Amino acid sequence: MNNMTGLIDYGMGNMHSIAKALERAGGEVRWIASPEELQQVQRIVLPGVGAFRDCVQALERTGLGEAIVEQVRAGVPFLGICLGMQVLMDVSYEFGEHRGLGLIPGAVKPFPASHPERGFKIPHMGWNDVVLSSGRGSHPVLAPLAGRQVYYVHSYYCAPENPQHLLAACSYGDFPFAAAIGRDNIVAVQFHPEKSQKAGLAMLESFIRWHP
Amino acid sequence: MLSKRIIPCLDVANGRVVKGVQFVDIVDAGDPVEAAIRYDEQGADELTFLDIRASHENRDTLYHMVTEVAEHVFMPLTVGGGVKALADIENLLHAGADKVSINTAAIFNPEFVRQAAERFGSSTIVVAVDAKRVDNDNPGRWECFTHGGRKPTGIDTVEWAKRMADYGAGEILLTSMDADGTKNGYDIPLTRAVSEAVPANVIASGGVGTLEHLAEGLRDGKADAVLAASIFHFGTHTIAEAKAYLAGQGIPVRL
Repeated sequence: MNNMTGLIDYGMGNMHSIAKALERAGGEVRWIASPEELQQVQRIVLPGVGAFRDCVQALERTGLGEAIVEQVRAGVPFLGICLGMQVLMDVSYEFGEHRGLGLIPGAVKPFPASHPERGFKIPHMGWNDVVLSSGRGSHPVLAPLAGRQVYYVHSYYCAPENPQHLLAACSYGDFPFAAAIGRDNIVAVQFHPEKSQKAGLAMLESFIRWHP
Repeated sequence: MLSKRIIPCLDVANGRVVKGVQFVDIVDAGDPVEAAIRYDEQGADELTFLDIRASHENRDTLYHMVTEVAEHVFMPLTVGGGVKALADIENLLHAGADKVSINTAAIFNPEFVRQAAERFGSSTIVVAVDAKRVDNDNPGRWECFTHGGRKPTGIDTVEWAKRMADYGAGEILLTSMDADGTKNGYDIPLTRAVSEAVPANVIASGGVGTLEHLAEGLRDGKADAVLAASIFHFGTHTIAEAKAYLAGQGIPVRL
């Protein structure tokens, strides 16, 4: 059976690193730049670095946003990374107010103003924890991350409305935020698995093998 | 808890790792991919590559090197040296860099930093600041220098770092030109003055000779990350030894 991972290429983000990491984790990768190409893959990875508005506009312009929503609704396993996680939400407050894909109810919000005297700096940058939600047992894609740290770089975070959609948490100083969210065939992470050395590769490997 | 980062720095020229002592006696010290893999295995948190020649003819060699490294190690890569235009940043990011360090060009054209942060995001932009002490009173005063510490600019380092953070730099790579190469430790008052003044992340650089110096930079200098070249490069210590030492000092590191 085919197990091709479609990497959404909308002209933003470090596509090369993610493609190489997915390949190292045992995946077969096809770069996807049009809705038609999306029909031919069995998994979707949406990366992203940059501004929320630019990302959403690029997804709209290419028709990829609509196609992703359609495929996700049809049950195709989906992994969003960093900005590729944030665009799943209803709305973002980064530089104004912008609508997202609306696949996970909730908003994208900025970290509260920084406090240099407390060492609370923006962006939240570096290696930090992934505390897996324990409710129904840890998520199969995230399970390899138990007890390990991963690499984060972001100034905004996802606030899902439904606590069931929170798959893992992290704390910046004493401020908790969503490290991973998801439902059904969607899993999305704030950190960068492609920059998280062995821990990140292990997570990507479990995504490639995931059958939600 | 957010870990303090240990960042080995590799000087490169013509796509090769080079090592000199205070800018002289530069010798070829190996293949950048091999060095990156070695640091990856030791548990480095990031890697920084500085192109010390940064000539325009050799730009493609640098891009090729970055791509090669990015294909072999899966951790954040910062690349600097001769970054003057938005196209330079775009090319480095496209080649596989995660962050780009801007040095002299920021002094000559501060707006360049603002444009770069708006276009590529704050988390992508590092401003490298070379500081030299100009006043020995407590707590002291430091000025920014260019050309490897030879040319003064008259710009106050703490004010400059604040301005660069305000323009969108996500990180300040702070090098003490007084301490650099001495192995006597970071300039702690300088590091602390900048760390306490700016909302951006601060990377301490210049002067590391012992593992204790790393602890001082993080604990007393309040830096978010420490950068070191020679103690790792010449095999004095491994990254793993450094982290074990820091953990023993109660400093949060990723083990």
